[in-house]
Amino acid sequence: MMRALAAAAVLALVLAATARAALPGSLVKQGEHLYGQYCVACHGMNGSGVVSGKEIGAGPNRDQTQQRIVAPALRGVGALAADFYLRTGYMPLQRLGLQPRRSRVLFSDRQIRALVAYVASLAPGPGIPHPHPERGSVSKGLHLFTDHCAGCHQVVAEGGYVTGAVPPPLGDATSTQIAEAVRIGPNVMPRFSPKAISNAQLDSIIRYVQYAKHPDDRGGWALGHIGPLPEGLVAWLIAGVVLVFTCMVIGKRLTSE
Amino acid sequence: MIRKLVRFLDQRTGDAPLLRKALRYLFPDHWSFLLGEVALYCFVILVATGTYLALFYTDSTKQITYHGPYLPLRGQRMSEAYHSVLDISTTVRAGLLIRQTHHWAADVFVVAILLHLMRVFFTGAYRKPRELTYLLGLSILGISLLEGYLGYSLADDLLSGMGLAIGYAVAISIPFVGANLGELIWHGRFPGTDAFFSRMYIAHVFIIPGIIGALLLGHLSLVALKHHTQFKTGPRATERKIVGVPTYPGQTPRSLGLFMITAGVLFLLGGLAQINPIWLWGPYHTYLSTNGAQPDWYLGWLIGALRLVPGFDLVIGRYTLVPNPFWGGALFPLVVFAFLGFWPAIERRFITHDYGYHNLLDRPRDAPLRTAIGLGVFTWVALIFVAGGLDRVQVTFDLSYTAAIWAFRVAIWIAPLVVGFGAYRVCIELQRGEQAERARKRAEQRAKALTELEVVD
Amino acid sequence: MSKAKDLLVSGLVLLVGRGRPRPPAEERVVPEAPARPGWELVALALLGLGALCAVMFPVTYGFNWPHPTQLMGASLGLAFVFIGAALVVTAKHLIVTEELEDDYPPDEHPEEQELLVQVVHESGDRLTRRRLFVLGLGGAFGALGVALVTPLASLGPVLRIAPMFESPWRRGRRLVDENDRPWKASDIEEKDFYTAFPEGADKEDLASAVVLVRLPKGRFDLPPALAHYPADGIVAYSKICTHAGCAISLYRAPMFQPDEEKPALVCPCHYSTFDPADGGTVLFGPAGRKLPMLPLTIDGKGYLRAAGNFDESVGPSWWGVRNRKPRNA
Repeated sequence: MMRALAAAAVLALVLAATARAALPGSLVKQGEHLYGQYCVACHGMNGSGVVSGKEIGAGPNRDQTQQRIVAPALRGVGALAADFYLRTGYMPLQRLGLQPRRSRVLFSDRQIRALVAYVASLAPGPGIPHPHPERGSVSKGLHLFTDHCAGCHQVVAEGGYVTGAVPPPLGDATSTQIAEAVRIGPNVMPRFSPKAISNAQLDSIIRYVQYAKHPDDRGGWALGHIGPLPEGLVAWLIAGVVLVFTCMVIGKRLTSE
Repeated sequence: MIRKLVRFLDQRTGDAPLLRKALRYLFPDHWSFLLGEVALYCFVILVATGTYLALFYTDSTKQITYHGPYLPLRGQRMSEAYHSVLDISTTVRAGLLIRQTHHWAADVFVVAILLHLMRVFFTGAYRKPRELTYLLGLSILGISLLEGYLGYSLADDLLSGMGLAIGYAVAISIPFVGANLGELIWHGRFPGTDAFFSRMYIAHVFIIPGIIGALLLGHLSLVALKHHTQFKTGPRATERKIVGVPTYPGQTPRSLGLFMITAGVLFLLGGLAQINPIWLWGPYHTYLSTNGAQPDWYLGWLIGALRLVPGFDLVIGRYTLVPNPFWGGALFPLVVFAFLGFWPAIERRFITHDYGYHNLLDRPRDAPLRTAIGLGVFTWVALIFVAGGLDRVQVTFDLSYTAAIWAFRVAIWIAPLVVGFGAYRVCIELQRGEQAERARKRAEQRAKALTELEVVD
Repeated sequence: MSKAKDLLVSGLVLLVGRGRPRPPAEERVVPEAPARPGWELVALALLGLGALCAVMFPVTYGFNWPHPTQLMGASLGLAFVFIGAALVVTAKHLIVTEELEDDYPPDEHPEEQELLVQVVHESGDRLTRRRLFVLGLGGAFGALGVALVTPLASLGPVLRIAPMFESPWRRGRRLVDENDRPWKASDIEEKDFYTAFPEGADKEDLASAVVLVRLPKGRFDLPPALAHYPADGIVAYSKICTHAGCAISLYRAPMFQPDEEKPALVCPCHYSTFDPADGGTVLFGPAGRKLPMLPLTIDGKGYLRAAGNFDESVGPSWWGVRNRKPRNA
């Protein structure tokens, strides 16, 4: 009786061990299948990338069927990049030649994990970060954000413009995605390594960005946190309209003959 | 009791006759004549709220470390000026309400002046004998733009600090004397010493309000002396006879009511709609900037011009004759104000050849060329104004900024011609329509008279 | 009991009744018009609401309720609006809006004008050298006016433009960050941008702040005069835009060259775009002058030092900006 139990326990342990060992493997295999379906056309076999020196072809107004595909290599980008691009919906690209945009994520969570595992398996690369914004300081975060980020993303993270690209507003960004983007530098965003922005500083920046999603709006209706542009619209379309209407109530109008 | 009061006043000041004249002074009745009053009431609110704010503001650029209640700025270095505005916004009870009301009042003040100016322009109210009144009003507009700019720059926040740098660039871009002027105003090169903020403060709370007050006094006195213009609303209203509502009892509750409602709108905005949340921007340093920085709306035409002018300095040898910001930042507003200022003379001399007195107003359709040219110039300025916000258009609507800039560089010259021409035709058509209508009525009356005669016979 | 009843009845009469009787009709100045008790009630109600809101303002001011600015603004604003509405109702329905006729004041007064002209002319009859006198008066007052204006020059160094060329950089000065920590060349990585200041200088000085970027060696396209400015691929440019003086805080750093725009330093005010690979030329935007470049060198301990001053004056352009190179402050 005891021997049967012991044997069953050993069997269970062995199965569990092999299952655990098999799981990453099968995840990577799933990822490879998905990669073959959705990614290989641009990113090439084994994530080698497609870079053709002269004939780029990509461009917003070019017919997509006539474009030569170009895409960066994925070897060595690690789980960090794969997780970022997939969870934000940046990839798959909506239109070739255009800046990747946050869009509806078509993959399930399991599919994403599979793809991430596959890309991570191509070559050693950085893993998914685990930031701790609760350890950061909002005040330091504001200072660092103004220094490194506000020029493109606007000081309250409402997004902005840089010649040739649109740094997005960060209202939908999760802490992990912020950490990932900072370390990757997607599209034309600079890449901030831990040497430039330490993990502790990154925690503060993330804490500030989370704060900026619902900042202190003690003055009332926030009007989008971008300043005088919507304020001017309010001055004309609310105050102006109300006051002109009041004048029209008080005074006479010109009647037609 | 009224009798006692009136007797008291007359015995001591002797101005019962003056009061009688004042109380029965006539205000022609049209809603658009109230727009100037709205501007006046905004100014009153500005002075009242501004005085309150001045009691709490510190005009010093000395750097201190913040230890106040707003956590995201704890431990940050900032000027005492920024700190004082932060205090007003977070610590002083009702401080934020008064501050926001003051800022909204400034924005709405210029809205009201502009609407008032458009009414005056398109009805020809600036004609003889009111040319001086008009010029005084234009001066108030011009100096109010500067006053507002200085006002929001006093906070020394990131957005307004960037705006001051641009103002400095425009000042020094004036050919030959620019750098000297810049050094004079800033006591050296930007950002200047502490002296600059003191100057800005005194200019904003004392010198310029005094100037505006004096200009306003002149403006209102002239209006009262020559009486207000009127539309031809009936046979009684002529160039010599004014038809209107007397000050008392008719106009007083109207004006007072308009004042109350204007104040109410401004305080409601001041409490409910956040404006210039300087705690979110952070303090200014010359080596910091943010995307999406804009001046207050009434300077939007200037940022549009600065962004539209193609990138070149006019250089001869090693002398930079005309640095780039001059065209958009200095010449452009000068041209617009020159147009507005000289327009009465231009119209008199080249278009109407009419040097007579006018107390009756035109409807816009009655002066097609004035309406067309006015709308054309307005379109020019309005499109340049819109160009100032094209980057946010790209961010929100995904329309290419660089392409839009090029499109606007062309559109600002073509659209005014189209709008002006269109306006001209509309005026002519409206006039012709009225002529036809009058002719039809006369014909009907004649026909009616004839049939009646036949019946009688 | 009946006293209370009386009080109630008289109160109701006051509120709902017609008020004081009219005075007998004499020679009236303000015309008669029928009473409108309904609108009276409306006006009174509005005044009551206005008073209520006005009373609420000091209450919201005094108590420590949440959203104080909104509560205070709403109460004060509504107080004004209600009272204003009551006045408008009064104007439109409760008082007579007369439409009267009057004369416009005369266009001019020829007789008085004549008199004034005559007085001025006759007053000057005693003078034999009238024009000279007037000239003398004008000249004296004019000179006095100019004299009174001169102290304004103390506001700034009006004639001395040398400060416009000054720069705290000089050969050998170390580059430090915002916390005065010196920059090492190894700190500067590609695809990132850094802000640096001269060690010991005022950071707010327009000529202080520089932006550092590192580009791959093969990417440079510098003119011969600037070819020795980079240090190990690191270049430094003035952070102050040559268009209108904003800080250049945007760095366009493409990750994947074939598909994206090349690296550029961009200003957020009017989007002047500068190329760090060729000495700071303007790629887009209204800047009329290239970005001033600071020559760099790396010292024995690996710290970044300036190898001289900027190749051009920093900041927005002005009349003499191209006349001289920056001097050492």
